[in-house]
Amino acid sequence: MVSKGEIERDVVVIGGGPAGLAAAISAKEAGAKKVLLVERDKRLGGILNQCIHDGFGLHWFKEALSGPEYAHRFIEKADQVGVEVMLSSMVMAMEPDLRIQLSSKEGLLSVKAKAIVLAMGCRERTQGAIMLPGTRPAGIYTAGAAQNLINLQNIMVGKKAVIMGSGDIGLIMARRLTLEGCEVVGVYEILPYPSGLPRNIQQCLVDYAIPLHLSNTVIELHGQNRLRGVTVAQVDEMRQPIKGTERFVECDTLLLSVGLIPENELSRSAGVVLDPVSGGPVVDDTYQTSMEGIFSCGNVLHVHDLVDHVSEEAERAGRFAARLATGEQRPAREFIPIRPANGVRYCLPQRVSGGGDFILSLRVISPVRDKRIVVRDQTGKRLVSKTYFRLHPAVMIRIPVKAEKLAKVKVLEVEVTE
Amino acid sequence: MTGNGQYDVVIVGAGVVGCAIARELSKYQLRILVVEKELDVGMGTSSRNSGVIHSGIHYAPGSLRARLNVQGNAMFERLCRALKVKMNYIGKLTVAQDDEEIETLYRLKEQGEANGVPGMEILPPHKMQAIQPGVQGKLALYTPSTGIVCPYTFTIRLAESAHINGVEFLLAAKVTGITVNKGLFHITTHKGHKISGRVLINSAGLYSDAICRMLGIDEYKIYPCRGEYLILDKRFGHYLNALVYPAPHHGKAGLGIHLTKTVDENILIGPSNEYVEEADDYRTTREIMGLLIEEGRRLLPGLATSDVIRSFSGLRAKQTPPQVGGFKDFVIERRRDYPNFINLVGIESPGLTSSPAIAVMVRDLVAEVLFLNEKPGFKEELPGLLGYFHEQPQELKRELISQDKDYGEVICRCEGITKKEVMDAFQNPLGVRTLAGLKYRARVMMGRCQGGFCLPRIVELLRREFGIKPQELLLHSEGSYLFTGNVR
Repeated sequence: MVSKGEIERDVVVIGGGPAGLAAAISAKEAGAKKVLLVERDKRLGGILNQCIHDGFGLHWFKEALSGPEYAHRFIEKADQVGVEVMLSSMVMAMEPDLRIQLSSKEGLLSVKAKAIVLAMGCRERTQGAIMLPGTRPAGIYTAGAAQNLINLQNIMVGKKAVIMGSGDIGLIMARRLTLEGCEVVGVYEILPYPSGLPRNIQQCLVDYAIPLHLSNTVIELHGQNRLRGVTVAQVDEMRQPIKGTERFVECDTLLLSVGLIPENELSRSAGVVLDPVSGGPVVDDTYQTSMEGIFSCGNVLHVHDLVDHVSEEAERAGRFAARLATGEQRPAREFIPIRPANGVRYCLPQRVSGGGDFILSLRVISPVRDKRIVVRDQTGKRLVSKTYFRLHPAVMIRIPVKAEKLAKVKVLEVEVTE
Repeated sequence: MTGNGQYDVVIVGAGVVGCAIARELSKYQLRILVVEKELDVGMGTSSRNSGVIHSGIHYAPGSLRARLNVQGNAMFERLCRALKVKMNYIGKLTVAQDDEEIETLYRLKEQGEANGVPGMEILPPHKMQAIQPGVQGKLALYTPSTGIVCPYTFTIRLAESAHINGVEFLLAAKVTGITVNKGLFHITTHKGHKISGRVLINSAGLYSDAICRMLGIDEYKIYPCRGEYLILDKRFGHYLNALVYPAPHHGKAGLGIHLTKTVDENILIGPSNEYVEEADDYRTTREIMGLLIEEGRRLLPGLATSDVIRSFSGLRAKQTPPQVGGFKDFVIERRRDYPNFINLVGIESPGLTSSPAIAVMVRDLVAEVLFLNEKPGFKEELPGLLGYFHEQPQELKRELISQDKDYGEVICRCEGITKKEVMDAFQNPLGVRTLAGLKYRARVMMGRCQGGFCLPRIVELLRREFGIKPQELLLHSEGSYLFTGNVR
């Protein structure tokens, strides 16, 4: 029921980054008439706008684009297909009956949707979240904030930088700072292996002779006003600093690239069940969350390493949202749970209907070589088995699974094996 | 120009005590100056504490601390209403785990009764758990008059209220020398200001002993004692219905590590207790952080380190050295050697709670040497909203957006802060232009992303709306520049 002063839409997509754009376009193309895309910022494109480096679109468009170029293609398409866009608008609340409350310059607005797609993306882990001791001087930024300031606002953050963590944005920023005349003293990664993609290690660090210190981390900040240096130390297998390995590294800037967290405060407050490992909603093979009519895709669902995969996932989610909104009924059947087992950190979707083909996304726990990813059913029978020369936690694995294999399946387990 | 010239009253130190005194004295026809070394008010101990309005059970009957605490506590509600500051008498459970601690509870209750603390009760486990589910202990002392307030908001609003009532604030000026000549105090600052005042008030907190020494008074020494805290994500706010403290142990410098809910729904874990050498040593340490997270987990079993959004520390201005520990009573005196010098030393906990009562006491001391004439047209109330925009009722929000569209644009998504609020905060009456000043006023950058998203947006807004040059932006102190210039 639509109440007075309220507008009604078939599909409302929350977040106008790559996931939201692709979801809105595909929802429209799949037959949803009124598709509303809500974006908090004053332009669409999300974090792509500040990613001026190239390498986007290799899978999707079969060419290397910059972030803004990649976004632009989707923004144009959204316009062509007639997606309704609200900019500078923030969703303040989402209710289980698929009502959302929006705040914008035009005022407060209530929207009743037939389906909602969550595409809010993720945020960067902060200094507080990693409990970094020491002083609280100026000069400490998350890598993404620095990227925004440098690339979108022409503001230089410092002259001599240390990068904590080897996430992809940190690696990209190591190169960016170097190119702009800021000395990057080193990248310190607490894990024994890098967190970012191998190609970024090569293209952003190795090519610029920026040292990567594995099993090392920043343990203290120094400087009262502006950062004047950090203490770094080697860590043991428990990631604890090893006494006697501490050394002072002079710098005026520290960039944090210590992980991304799906931005699910809105989902949580509405009652969407989250997967504690992926940090995103629990979804089925249609990307529907635990709440009927609420779908999820992109980095709010789980953190991706390639935007192309975000677009692909979102396109599917948008299509399923449109089907629900246009009244297409799905045959009711019991969900088949999918569980991560040996060597797998998480896998997605967490459950499938068995009613259609789906893409299994997963990440491994630690880097290994020459192993298989195996999907078994309750009897131990291998339904899927794929060999990989190299498996790395930074690289998301995606395996298409055919529905016909799921006929008598009650449960699926995914593991890394010989 | 602010700072030079002659004043009736010069207050050194713009912490909560100095600002409360300034506001109290602004009711009278006096020319008043507050001198502060930092770029903003409340940058020391006043912004770095639990934000608890204590009930007054902890202090010996007859002491200044006992009297001013109970008086101050009772003044808070009305004062906060006038200043548009959120506060809440949330209540506190002091929990005993063994017989010795139970004895402490009864002793505290008796002491509280002698001090005039209202409504205290000793509660058995089922009753304490009815107030705060999950709390474990043998008995608890419940003090319903314990409250919470945001200490820096309170300090800033006191200063703003004093300011609209005529008090001048000289920020970023450190007092370097004081001389007395012909009944006037002559004060110089590191920036070369020459100020004179008929009455001098020392509310310099951690530096109050240094101010004393400038006048040749060397009987006081401040021992900074650091307390570290962790701030937790708001999603834990609803776990706490009341404050929960362990029973205090004799000889400790603080009240023990506890969980404190803030008026903005975060939870603080802390404070620790460690004497440090320097009065600006606000470092946090790995050891204490580990300890705090362990303590936090005892009451919040699901707590992960990723739920911590920030750590900070504050310094207690203690008069007792480490080997002595414990507490010493506040010093609030009009000196015999300098009859126009009002000296406040060792205003540690419960300084925040006592501040309104301290202000009244200091006013009475001032009245002993200056004739206090009430000022017609004193503005009791500050304009503006009580609380943030997103906390207002839906109808008022609609109304406000229709009046000013900038209320409709959310800048800080974690805390739901609007463009209008950021603009107002930047144009604050004291003229503070630091990013921390903006944080403390508008609450931007204080949420779980700690400015990851809104810092760039705020910088963009300040450039566009106020023509601010990025390289001129300071975080919190002189030399705390945020940016080095343009990329190219």
